[in-house]
Amino acid sequence: MIPSQRGVEGPRDLDHGTVPPDGRPMAEQPKWRRDFPIDWAQDEYVSRRELTKFIVLTSAALVVGQFWIVLKSALARRPAPLVGEPIASVDELSIGGAKTFTYPEGSTPRLLVRTGATAFVAYDQQCTHLLCPVVPAVELGRLHCPCHNGWFDLETGRPLAGPPQRALPRVLLHVRDGSVYATGVEASAT
Amino acid sequence: MTRRRLRMVRAQRMPIVNAMLAFVVLIVILQLWLLTATMNAYLGGDTTTVVPAALASLVCLGLNSGLLWYLFGLD
Repeated sequence: MIPSQRGVEGPRDLDHGTVPPDGRPMAEQPKWRRDFPIDWAQDEYVSRRELTKFIVLTSAALVVGQFWIVLKSALARRPAPLVGEPIASVDELSIGGAKTFTYPEGSTPRLLVRTGATAFVAYDQQCTHLLCPVVPAVELGRLHCPCHNGWFDLETGRPLAGPPQRALPRVLLHVRDGSVYATGVEASAT
Repeated sequence: MTRRRLRMVRAQRMPIVNAMLAFVVLIVILQLWLLTATMNAYLGGDTTTVVPAALASLVCLGLNSGLLWYLFGLD
């Protein structure tokens, strides 16, 4: 029997049971109060403490998620190094000209742009927003995605305006003996 | 001189529970943002932030556990 049910009242009673508002002993209280002699304040105290415990469990779940990403990252298969492939001849494109190609074979379309006498840049042609094809605007020094008016810097591939948040993946190039070779692909950076 | 430890009743401890709950919720929101940002960076090919973000999230869990420990220690 809890102290308040014996009619003993004091500070401890507030933690262990209800203190009837009319001050009469518990035996004279209605049945519903005798069946569940817990005050609202105590009920709220315990339920909020349990809620806090549940949220801390959520916090643990989020840590598990973080380490799952670490595990995925550590176990990710490293792609085999790419070999250089000729993708165009220097004379094939005038300054400001562009052509699409695939590298390596079977990849998504890439875009090669000639920006100077011996200067070329190449990027993935798919916009990093919603994969629309980007088109070069060489006179502005930019690449344009017409779907949602996204703009990328032609020299770096970084997003300048519009919805895209990530840079276009860049294809590494090497010009030799009148030909342009693709030698690798850099991952998209923010 | 003897020092007597004052024991608060639950109704008096309620503001402490509410404050702890608010701190824990804030930290969990921070962790949720951290997970979202890390996933976004990882899927974008940036793996440099993966380990520091996981450690930061672990520190947040440590803080939350400490606050919960304190809360249960009140009883």
